[in-house]
Formats: sequence, C-alpha cells, structure tokens
Amino acid sequence: MLIGLMARLLSAHKGSVVAIVVLQLVQATANLLLPTLNAAIIDDGIIAGDKGEILHLGGWMAGIAAVQVITAIAAGYLGAVVAMEIGGQLRQELFAKVQSFSSQEVGVFGAPSLVTRATNDVAQIQNLAILVFVMLIAAPAIFIGGIVLAVHQDVVLSWIVVVVIPVLTVIMTVIVRRLIPLYRQGQGLLDRIGRVLREQIIGANVIRGFVRQDHEIRRFDEANKELTRNNLQSALLVAAMMPMIMFVVNLSSVFVVWFGGHRIDAGEMRLGALTAFIAYILQILIAIMMAMYVFMTAPRAAACAERIREVLDTEPAIADPATPVGTVPAGPVHAGKPVPSGSTVEFRNVSFAYPGAEAPVLDGVSFTARTGTTTAIIGATGSGKTTLLNLLPRFLDATAGGISIGGHNVRAMPLEDLRDLIALVPQQSYLFTGTVAENLRVGSPAAAGPELWQALEAAQAADFVRALPLGLEAPVSQGGTNFSGGERQRLCIARALLKNAPVYLFDDSFSALDYGTDVRLRAAIEPLLRSATVLIVAERVSTIVDAGLILVLEDGHVVAQGTHSELMESSPSYQEIADSQLVLEETP
Amino acid sequence: MSRERAHRAGTTAGPGVPERIKWQTAARLLSLLLPLKWRMVGVIAATCAFVTLNVAAPKVLGDATDVVVQGFLGGSLDEQELAERLLAVSAMYVGASLFSWIQGSLTATAVQRLSYGLRGSVEQKLHVLPSSHFEEQRRGDVLSRATNDVDNISQALNQLLNQLIMSLLMLSAALAMMLWLSPLLALIAVLSVPVSTAITVLVARHSQAHFKEQWSSTGALTAQLEEFFTGHEVVKAFGRQEASAESFRGFNDKLTRSSTRAQYLSGIVQPLLMFVANLNYIAVAVVGALQVTAGAMTIGGLQAFFQFSRLFSQPVGQIGGMLNLMQSCLASAERVFELLDAPEIPPDSAVPAVSANGAGKLHRAGSPRKLHVLRKSSNGRKLRAPGTSRAPWNRGAVAGRVTFEDVSFSYTPGTPVVKDLSFTVDPGQTVAIVGHTGAGKTTVVNLLMRFYELDSGRILVDSTDIATIPRDELRSAFGTVLQDAWLFTGSIRENIEYGRPGATDADIVAAARASHVDQFVRSLPAGYATMLGNDGDSLSRGQRQLVSIARAQLAGRSILVLDEATSSVDSRTELQIRHAMERLREGHTSFVIAHRLSTVRDADLILVMDHGRIVEHGTHQQLMARRGLYKDLYEAQFAGREQVPAVQEAEQ
Repeated sequence: MLIGLMARLLSAHKGSVVAIVVLQLVQATANLLLPTLNAAIIDDGIIAGDKGEILHLGGWMAGIAAVQVITAIAAGYLGAVVAMEIGGQLRQELFAKVQSFSSQEVGVFGAPSLVTRATNDVAQIQNLAILVFVMLIAAPAIFIGGIVLAVHQDVVLSWIVVVVIPVLTVIMTVIVRRLIPLYRQGQGLLDRIGRVLREQIIGANVIRGFVRQDHEIRRFDEANKELTRNNLQSALLVAAMMPMIMFVVNLSSVFVVWFGGHRIDAGEMRLGALTAFIAYILQILIAIMMAMYVFMTAPRAAACAERIREVLDTEPAIADPATPVGTVPAGPVHAGKPVPSGSTVEFRNVSFAYPGAEAPVLDGVSFTARTGTTTAIIGATGSGKTTLLNLLPRFLDATAGGISIGGHNVRAMPLEDLRDLIALVPQQSYLFTGTVAENLRVGSPAAAGPELWQALEAAQAADFVRALPLGLEAPVSQGGTNFSGGERQRLCIARALLKNAPVYLFDDSFSALDYGTDVRLRAAIEPLLRSATVLIVAERVSTIVDAGLILVLEDGHVVAQGTHSELMESSPSYQEIADSQLVLEETP
Repeated sequence: MSRERAHRAGTTAGPGVPERIKWQTAARLLSLLLPLKWRMVGVIAATCAFVTLNVAAPKVLGDATDVVVQGFLGGSLDEQELAERLLAVSAMYVGASLFSWIQGSLTATAVQRLSYGLRGSVEQKLHVLPSSHFEEQRRGDVLSRATNDVDNISQALNQLLNQLIMSLLMLSAALAMMLWLSPLLALIAVLSVPVSTAITVLVARHSQAHFKEQWSSTGALTAQLEEFFTGHEVVKAFGRQEASAESFRGFNDKLTRSSTRAQYLSGIVQPLLMFVANLNYIAVAVVGALQVTAGAMTIGGLQAFFQFSRLFSQPVGQIGGMLNLMQSCLASAERVFELLDAPEIPPDSAVPAVSANGAGKLHRAGSPRKLHVLRKSSNGRKLRAPGTSRAPWNRGAVAGRVTFEDVSFSYTPGTPVVKDLSFTVDPGQTVAIVGHTGAGKTTVVNLLMRFYELDSGRILVDSTDIATIPRDELRSAFGTVLQDAWLFTGSIRENIEYGRPGATDADIVAAARASHVDQFVRSLPAGYATMLGNDGDSLSRGQRQLVSIARAQLAGRSILVLDEATSSVDSRTELQIRHAMERLREGHTSFVIAHRLSTVRDADLILVMDHGRIVEHGTHQQLMARRGLYKDLYEAQFAGREQVPAVQEAEQ
C-alpha cells in the first residue's frame, strides 16, 4: 500500500530521484574513503615518517570531505523538493477526489476525518519520504561500500564482518518485529485517550449533571494505564536493543585488534588497516541502524498511506454520464425541442438504500411536482425526507427507479448542468468564510448590489444586514457562526433566491425562524418562485397547508399524497401529524 | 517525529517566550521528577558508570594497539599482554552495555510514570474547571492542550532524559580523556564547537521564518479544507467547484513552497556539522601524525584519540538537535501548566453563601501548585472541610421547592445576565423559560445546577442555600436532558445506564420504552448493544435526544431540567415524549426551556428572557395580560398560524 503509493508519486519525479540516488552514492563513497585515507596516513606517513605524504593525504581528505558536504546538501535540497511536492500533489489529489464524492461517500468518511487525511496523514508520508531520501538511500551504499572496503583492507580479517552483520541483523529483527505491533497498538491507544478527553470536554455539563466525574476519571485512568503499559513495553525494548548492539560492535573491534595484531605480527597485514577496519565496522553498523530507524517509522506512515488510499480508491458513486444528452435547458425551453412540461420534477418508483443496509431509506417513491407549484414533504425524523431531496441534485443516486427534470433523466445530464437547474437551501445553514456579499454571490457571481439587497429584502434579512456596521461587507466567520441560526437560514435563502433557478429545494429551511418572520418571508418569496418548481421539506403542518401537493413519508414509503384538505380526510397518518401539532400548538 | 517537533519549536517557542518563564517552566517540569528522585539518582549513577567505562575502554584498546605496534616494530608480539588488555576492554564493554541498559530502563519507567501522572492530572483538572472553560470557542484549545501538548512533552522528555544527560557526560568525559592524551589535539577538537554552534544558530534563524510560514499556511489550508468538506453540498449545489479548487490550489502551492524551504534549510545543518566534524578529524589526523612522527604520541594513543573525537563530536551534534526539541517541549509544558493552573471551581466548603463581586467567584489555585504524579488531591470537590454549618439536606428526599432570592449574575463583569431575580417554585410545579435564541435561557439552569456561581442573592432548594450544598450532592437531585444530546463511545445500553449506574436490564428497558427509544433500538441489528462512536453518529439527531431522555428518565431524580429536550424530534414523537414526560414530571419540579411557546403554556411559572436578561415572569395568563414581550412572542406564533390561509388565497 505504502510502497505502491510512493512508487506512483515518485514516478513523476524520476529525474530528481535518480539525481538524489547518484548524489547520495557519491556522498556515501566520499564518507567511506576517509578511513582508507586515514589508514594510508598511518602506514605511508607516520610509519614511513614522511611529513610531506601526511600533508598530501590530509589535503586529499579535506577535498573529499568538501565533495561530501556539497553532494549531501544537494541531495538534501532535491529530497526536500521532491518530498514536499509529493505532499502537495497528494493533497491536490485528495481534494479533487473529495470534490467528486457524493454525500454518501463524504458521509462514510466524515468531513473531519477527510481533513485529517489531507493534512496530518499527508505530512506523515512527506516525513517518511524525507527519511528515505536522507537515510535509506545512503544506507545500502554505506553498507556494501563498508564491506567492500573492509575486505579491501584485509580479506582474512573480514570474517569478523561476516559474523557481526548477521548477529546484528538477528538482534534488530527480533526486537523491531516486536516493536512494530506495539507502536501500531500504541497509536490506537493514543487515539482512545484523545477520544475520551474530547467526550469529557464536550459533555462536561452532562457529566457534572449526573455526578459521574469519578466514573469518568476511572474510564480515563483505564485508557491511560493501557497506554502507559504499551509505551513502557516499547521503551524497554528500545532500551535493551541499544546496549546489545553496542556490545556486539565494541566486541568486534576487540577481535579486530586481537586477530589483526597477529596478522600484523606475521607481516600479513599493514598497521593502518587496524584503525580503518574499526571505522568501517562502525559505518556498517550506522547504515544498519539508519535502515532500521526508517523501518520503524514506516508502520505509522503505512497506516496513513492506507487511510489516504482508502479515499483515493473510492470510486464516487455519482459521476457525469458517459454520454451526456447535450446541454440541458437552463430554462423551460430546450434548444428548440419542446420540453414536456418545463421544469416538472418527476419521481418514478424511486428507491434508495445505503450499501449493505438492511432496510432501504426510500422505497418506491413516485410523484410529480409541476412547474409553478409547491410540493411539500412531511414525515417523522428519519423517514427519508432529506434523502429524497438529495436525490434530485444527485448528491445521492437512487438505487432504483428514475428521476427526471423537465422530462430529462437526471442521470443523463452532466452534473454541472443538472445542478445549474436547482437552487438549494440546505438543512444545515452553511456559510463560507468571507463577507456577506461574497456569500450571496455564491448564488450569482455577477449579481450587483441592488440585486443582493432585493434578495435580502425578500428573505427578510435586509434589516439585520443593514444593521451590521459593515453591511454587505460584514465578515462571515467559518460556517457562519457569527450569525444566529435564524439569520444564517435567511442568508441561505437569499443566496438561493439569487440563483434564480427553475427548481427550488427547501430542506426544513424555516425551522429557526419565528413564526412572524416565517410568514412574511414566505409571502415575499412566493411571487419570485411562481414560475419555479418548489420542493419543501417541513416539520409543521401549518407551514405547508397551502402546498399544491403534500407527500406523507413514513419509513421511506409515501403513505399518502394530496392537498391538505384531501389528506385531512383520507390519510390517518397525516391526521395524526396534524393532530399532534394541534395539541402541541393549541390555540388559546 | 523529531522533525515534526522541530517544526513546532520553530513556531510555538522561539524568541517570543521570555527567558525567565522558560526557565520557570523547565524548573517546574523537572520538579515533576521529584517523586521519582531515587530512580533519577539511579539513572545518573548508571549513566556515570556507563560513560566512565565507555570512555576508558578506547584508551585501553589504544594501549592494546600500542602492544601490536611495538611487536611490529620490535619484531615479536607480546601475546600475553595483548590478551590481558583485550580481556580488560571486553570486560569494560560488558559493563558499559549493562549500565546503559539499566540507565535506559530506569529512564523509560520514569518517563512513562511522569507522562501517566501528567495525563491524569490534566484529565482530573477538566473535572474541576469552571463550565466557562467548555464554551464552544474554547473547547478546541483545551482539547489540544490535553492531548497534543501532553503527548509532545512525554515524547520529548523520553528523548531528552535518555540523551541529554548522557550527551553532556560523554562530552565532558571525552574532552577530559582527549586533554589527557594530547592537549594540542584536544584544542583542535574544541575549536569545532563554536563553529558548529554558529552554524546551528545561523541556519535556525533563517529557517524559523519559513517554519512560521509553513505552520500558518498549514492552518489556513486546514481551515479551508474543513470549510469545503463540511459545506461540500453547498459548493456543488451552486457549482462552485472550480472556484474552490482554484483557491485550494493557491493555498496548497504556498504550503508546498514554504515547507520545501523550511525542510531544506533545516536539513542543511546536519551535512554542515558533519563537514566540520570531518575537517576536525582531518586536522587531528594530520597534526596527530606529525606528533607521532615527532615522537610526542604513540600510534595507539592516536587511534584512541580518533575514537574520543568521535565520542566528542557526536554529542555536540545531538545537543544541537535537542535544543530544538527542548524549545518545543517547554512551549507545550507552558501550555499544559497554564491549563493546570487555571482557576478552579472553588471547593465546596470555601464558598460563602454570597460573594459580593465576580472576582470572588473564581478561586485561583495556589500558584506553584504541587502536581502530584499520582492522582487525587487536585480534586477540589473532595476537599470539603468537615463541620461546615448548613441546613439539613437530605438528597434522598428532596421535595423540590426552588426559590431564587434577588439573584444576580454576569458572565463577564459589568454586563449582568440576570439581575435581582426572585421567584419560588413549589414542589411538583413546572417552570418554563422562553425567549429568542441566544437570550440566555440556559443561564438559569446553569445557576441552579451551580455550573456557575452567583454574583449576589441566593438560590434555595428545600430551604437550603445551594451554595452550602456540595455540588455533587446538589446535582444528584437533578435529572437533566441538555440541548446538546451528549452520547459517549459505548453501547446504547451503557449510554442509558449512565443515568443510574448498576441499573437492571428491566429498568433500562422500561426507561427506554417510556422515552420511545425501545422501538428504534429493537430494529437495530445489535439492539441495546449497538455501539455508538464519533459522537453517536449512527443515530439521527432526534434519536440521540431520545437516548439522552431515556438516561434522565432512568436517573429518576427529584428535579428535572429539560433544555430544548425535544427540539430535533418530529411532532408525533414529541407528543409521545411529552406524555411520557408528563407522567415523569408528576410530583417532580421541572425546569423546561423551550422555543415553542405552546409547549409551555401550562407551566406554573414562565420566565421570559430577552438579550440575556429575564424581562418578565409569571403565568401564561399574567404574562398575556401584561402585553409585553411574551404576548408579542406568543402572538407572532399564533398569528403565523392564522395567516397561512391568507397567503394561500394570495396565491390562488
């Protein structure tokens, strides 16, 4: 998963990657040559008593050190560029992917999780890439080069290297194998701690209200203990690994002096080789440790890569049709061809079920909402009202049946054209960071000031916008939280009005308004919407008595449809709803 | 990981934090180790032993090399002596590894205990912080301190304690040995220290600006992603994908650029330091070789010197890296200590019945507050002094009479939210609080349950001043359903049981049935064992509220508080709940906060709030007769219903 992702991303930077590899090889070689030159100083300089040779070799060493620093810095520069560009590209891909998602896929991941994946998880991949460029690429070169040069110094003595390397590898493998699952588990436990704390902070008053602080402290303590136990285990393993490695390496230098001493005594080896040999064993060890370090951080990055791939591999259930039916009407008339009935919305036997769910959310829904009429949908929480609305702009796709606007199947239109036909006021009044004017212009980018005020007037929002010190230019904070729920709702309505589309969807859009405002608002927008097809999801019977068609939804089925008066006579469900509200809102 | 922390160091600590505070924070962080002092003594002793052996060993190994050299030059190798020296070296290395292991294990346990204690202290602090800390805009900050910062401290400490002591000791020991072997060569080695330091400081100064930019663009990008992902339906509905993608690209490019620069600059330090170390090594080799040929030094001595200079330059680089880590750790520690020092809810005994001003409300925790590594004591509510005189209070038999006497309160001094409020509720009566959104309706409940303390006046429950009742005992008299239906990660059963720990299955099902939870729970595949996660998102908002109603139902307390308890439930369900609640309310005093006036018409007392103040109170009839805000509100609702047909006519 991780390797595949990395390979794909790196393939776009082949040139840089090759350059990094070459630079790192040069860097490692330079690094490895230093001990050999040092051995030469001892043999050809000190023992021979040749000062000129000492200075000459010293000069060579300085030159090689300079080459090393330059190549290392160049490799570091390229590494930083490639790693960060990979990150930038991943973020871009994730963003583009999420934009192509339908509500269903966004819902599966959840918006906060998607944000984490596009930021933290990507950062982890970046960090790993840097480690790979800085450490992992150089490691095999130093490892192999170290062995070659050690052999070059003295072939017979090299059997020490042959013994040491497997011993070190076994020690590290045994410990790292136990560490990796511990680290992985530790990450989960850390998440759990964060979750408990989040719940405690959000639910502080509930916890205090029920006097369950002690229970919460215990609950946290349990998680805390488990995390501590896990962390301690891994820390103790690391604490044991380092001394073992040190011991093996140090002992090998003792063997080098012992066996080397004998070989020098026998005249089979030069004196300088002793020092060089010890240096090479150290470098080989450093190479192994660097590789191990990268492997130890890899599991975390692998988990991140998995989470990123999950998003990237999700095929959006909803996409543009393979063969779109040309451009679709921006208005009631379609390129000369008569459109059956303007912007009439038709649902034919529509069902919707989430994948793997036992029961469908909507089942066999059929109705026709004609141009210039209002269709209301009423029903209990969870009866599928919002889902029904979401099918029209294809935030979700019906699993069976057909939906059409003006006689065109919504699935046959390019998504952009389809959504151009629809103005939506969502259930969650969502505004963007910026100004009031900018938010309104989301509905109509070219709208001039007077048009904005007109929409605000109709949406009963002009008064409070006018009262803002900066008026239309007043700042809107993220999500619009600096406005009250009712104000937000009215701004969302104004935004939708500016779009001036043939189909309007109001998803429970008047709930935060007090009744007076609600009535004035609906009276004001009624003439604006007279030529449009309007679908309203509502909770209150009182707000929909005037609708041309009312659908009563129950567990995803349309149990009745008709006008208010028809339903009052024919539908027991509708009567129940109306009655319950009469009781709740009994007139004095 | 360390890279990540280094980034943080670049932004969070830095020159902005005054030195003095940094030192105070560092001292306080170290004081957390006091309870573990014997362990730390062990760590230092083991480190000393390790360093001594580790530094002595190369010297002896050098002596062994000299034996070889002498054999080489003199013709015959003294095997006996070589074997003795090498055996001594081996023994030293065995000892060094052993002590290193002891040191590592002791440090690991010390750090883990400290982190455990710190996490525990922070969590327990959450329970004694005043409610104002949990207002929405501050939650993120508190959460980040309790998780990210504590985590950062524990990871940084692990590395610092492991390496800092050892690096410092190693540095001085290696230096001592080098001085002993050859003062001239030692001088050359020491010369590299200021050069390395200068490089580190210089580069850090340059990279700091880029790190800052990197973190601010990360913040901007995150905010933008949050906005687009949360509002993705609106983006799509209005065909704004192109515009938003373009603005995202801008932020993304900026982040990529700044992080490349920051990464590159910080990555430059290591090769440069290595270059300095190499130059140093070469200088030692050349000068040392000249020394040997001049007869001032042996070859074995030179070989030992090489090892020491490695032992010397390694910690120099490490300490440079650790300075970054230390900055980041201290910045986090400061934020955590700030949280731990935040004013607490005053302990139950310490509250005078009336505190004259707002300043008296919060009790500052004794400043250099001793932080116990292992729990308890930070828990103010356990500290009630015995013998506090108060009227008898028997929570098992709370009748439910509630009296407000001249109650005044302000969240921020100078802007009173409640002023001179007086009213009495008899047992079994229902009080409704109405008003516009944001009028401060929840305040009355907050005062009654002592989430906030009064500025003046008093509140009596069954003629006992609630200021004299320990908060937990007081709250045990209340059953609450709060606006924000709070469910925790766990099964539905556990969430209901929260109201009364240890309740039997039969009780839980009865409560669930009365709150209309049973019906939908039975249709879930796992029933009551269905796990709720991520703030309970497997249930709809309405269902979540029902579960929290069931919880209050199960709790069966004397006084009920229902804060918009049914706002997300459809009218039929609401009606059913209302019947259930009516049964539940029988004989119980209830406080109901509601948006819809018709639901509170029958209340025995209605409090009308406007702009954070209670402007009217009385029964429905009294308030209607007053022709004030209540009448306006009521008529707006009433008129709305009446005008609907008129609109319909206009349409036709």
